[in-house]
Amino acid sequence: MASPLLIPDSAEQLLIAEDRKELLRFTTAGSVDDGKSTLIGRLLYDSKNVYLDQLESVTKASEGRNAGPIDFSLLTDGLRAEREQGITIDVAYRYFSTPKRKFIIADTPGHEQFTRNMVTGASTAELAIVLVDARKGLLPQSRRHAFISALLGIKRIVIAVNKMDLVGYSEEVFRQVELDFGKFLAQFEDLQPYFLPISALLGDNVVARSEQMPWFTGRSLFEHLESVPATDRAAGAPFRFPVQRVIRPDLDYRGYAGQIASGSLRPGDRVVVLPSGRASRIKSIVTFDGEKAEAQSPESVTLLLEDEIDIARGDLIARAGETIEVARSIEATLVWMSEEPLDLRKRYRLKHNTRLEWAEVKKLHHRININTLEHEPAHRLEMNEIGFIHLEVPRALYFDPYKRNRTTGAFVLIDPFSNSTVAAGMIAGVAKPAFEERASLRPVRIEERAARLKHRGAIVQLGSREGLADRLERSLFDRGFTVVRFRQWAPEWKQALLDAGLLVVVNDSALPACAIETAGSRVDFDESAALPANEVAAAQLIGDALEKAGVFVADPELAESEGI
Amino acid sequence: MPTLNHLRLLEAESIHILREVASECQRPVLLYSIGKDSSVLVRLCQKAFYPGPIPFPLLHIDTSYKFREMIKFRDQFTASIGVKLIVHTNRAALDDGATPYAWGTQRCCGALKTQALLDGLRAGAYDAAIGGARRDEERSRAKERVFSFRDSRGQWNPRNQRPELWSLYNSRIEPGEHLRVFPLSNWTELDVWQYIHAEKIPIVPLYFAKVRQMLVTGDSLIPVEQPFVTMGPGQELKWVKCRMRSLGCSPCTGAIYSDADTVPKIIEELFGMRRSERQNRIIDHDTDGSMELKKQEGYF
Repeated sequence: MASPLLIPDSAEQLLIAEDRKELLRFTTAGSVDDGKSTLIGRLLYDSKNVYLDQLESVTKASEGRNAGPIDFSLLTDGLRAEREQGITIDVAYRYFSTPKRKFIIADTPGHEQFTRNMVTGASTAELAIVLVDARKGLLPQSRRHAFISALLGIKRIVIAVNKMDLVGYSEEVFRQVELDFGKFLAQFEDLQPYFLPISALLGDNVVARSEQMPWFTGRSLFEHLESVPATDRAAGAPFRFPVQRVIRPDLDYRGYAGQIASGSLRPGDRVVVLPSGRASRIKSIVTFDGEKAEAQSPESVTLLLEDEIDIARGDLIARAGETIEVARSIEATLVWMSEEPLDLRKRYRLKHNTRLEWAEVKKLHHRININTLEHEPAHRLEMNEIGFIHLEVPRALYFDPYKRNRTTGAFVLIDPFSNSTVAAGMIAGVAKPAFEERASLRPVRIEERAARLKHRGAIVQLGSREGLADRLERSLFDRGFTVVRFRQWAPEWKQALLDAGLLVVVNDSALPACAIETAGSRVDFDESAALPANEVAAAQLIGDALEKAGVFVADPELAESEGI
Repeated sequence: MPTLNHLRLLEAESIHILREVASECQRPVLLYSIGKDSSVLVRLCQKAFYPGPIPFPLLHIDTSYKFREMIKFRDQFTASIGVKLIVHTNRAALDDGATPYAWGTQRCCGALKTQALLDGLRAGAYDAAIGGARRDEERSRAKERVFSFRDSRGQWNPRNQRPELWSLYNSRIEPGEHLRVFPLSNWTELDVWQYIHAEKIPIVPLYFAKVRQMLVTGDSLIPVEQPFVTMGPGQELKWVKCRMRSLGCSPCTGAIYSDADTVPKIIEELFGMRRSERQNRIIDHDTDGSMELKKQEGYF
């Protein structure tokens, strides 16, 4: 087959072309028999990116297998177990280039149990190729692949209807898939699908346009890959710079090293540092190759600021005046990747940007059925399942929703015991206040109140002695106690106020008796032990009585330090 | 702003990876092989930590059978950029007579490379070994993670690798375990050469074509540097214009016929070339899938 590729005929021509060469990362998904490995082998072979010795080694291995003279899938199935079983078991990365572009393929297996691989491959891709077997039409697995691509934020998706040679290159078959799949894809916002009929085995519409399908006038797969925009990075995206490392060659120099997650900046730009909220300006953008007048995502640079601010790894530098979400409680879509299911009682390590935090999944709102996309109630999340969760961290995260930013909106969870990566998360936003969800059903006990208030409930009745009541209220208040004042009193309130653990000072002239009442005691100041007329002495006496009744709870820290 | 070309994107990613290892691991070390990929890696390290120094040492596993020009380049290059170099050799195996001729290539590599590397890492208590391996080199490497976990015996389990998403690398390990980190994972051989050209990175002169004395058998050119490399039946000693496409031990690294004596000429040659760069490495062809087996055992 004629190749449309231009091979430069001199090194100079080649090196000039290199200066303009872009990079496009894409992922491929398909099921065991969709011919995905064959398609990739074909891309590598037809774009002349396969070396002779690799070809000889797979031609040797092709003998005895049933896939034509050269089994292209052998170019990609790298591990022995895969070659023996004829399946692909892990994400593999492939590379090829044309004079216009360099391509990185994340080649992912399509079996249901390997959702985690598909998610991994899609996480770094800007485009996805979903393979459909023309003989079988739209199957649940194709929908799954499209859903996962969309979930991971891929906007450009190629639906390659493969094995067209086996259906007589029928336009009708192709249009039916286009119609069925088109309806399904319509539910994803911003998704730009491109449908095309191919034969990976025979090369139709892979590199060159097929002569067998004159009814199809669109671009071949290759032409499409070379012409779609290579990146979604919007020029006006907010500037985000997670600090990776502080570079300090000497005491006077503090450079903040990192990779720009989004946006661009110039020296002089006003920035704000999170979490401190301190503001400054960019003094210079430093690189090994000299200072830069401007830097953009995803460059790795070192920033110097005008002001001396305490900044550490894990902090984030943003442009002043641009908003960013800050929250300890977030909601996220979680893809579970471990054989051990999600444990709501366990703490996990969360890696977000350059930060590592402890995290607790507080609630699993629902599970997403990847075949029907329906939300199902769930109490567990197992390997290859996708759930929507509420997660909490002890110190606030600064992030953007994943839909807006695929770097600052992503995180992974790591099991603190096995150290393996167990989940991939995409932040939806700040969690709504989950008041009732956090409430424990246990009643609040008197001891719990006493521990917080530092005193138990007591009611001090002072009859008509208003001045004494004022003095007592002030002195209890100044000692940090929670004291309330009543000038009218009804005896039926007593129990509720004692249970509430409050210090109550009552001066109701309709009730002349003076007394102190607590949950387990009562002291009457009657004729035999009347309160002194002197207010200072009377207040002292009441204080002593409260102390004696055990109303004041000793500060546990103070008690410890005194060795009690 | 102009869009960044693919080399700048690869560079940015590699620098990010190097800063992550240096920040998250306790005792990283850079495995320095003297080859072109190592030269690129060292330049990326200089860029990642500029204007500070490279915050970890370089470790060279010396089999004692490397080309003399490699050792000379190593010593000059590392001294010129002021980085700490540690050299580790499996002396015991050499004393027992380890040569690819006496022991066979598999056993010789096992002792002088794999075992020496594991011993060297243990001796320095390193928890992360940064290497210049690329995924396009060999089929089993296509599935290698950027942060690749090795158990307490230094072994790789390809069926139980940690998922690796976005640019969020998992560096968590227990004492005794270690990580291999590959900042050049997404580079191809062509990218490496283009970067060497764009950045004017110094490389060992063996990569450039020159008239050299070789043991010639058909297409195979074997350098004669070691006394135990002697002429076999059907071989003849000839002066030929040739260069090394990759650098290993001199008895096991064949040269290729070439006139390419500059980096652009090498790139041009590469474009016309239809053989992958490891093809002149005798050790890879022992058995089908032999690189995968070596890696499982701890080979780099």
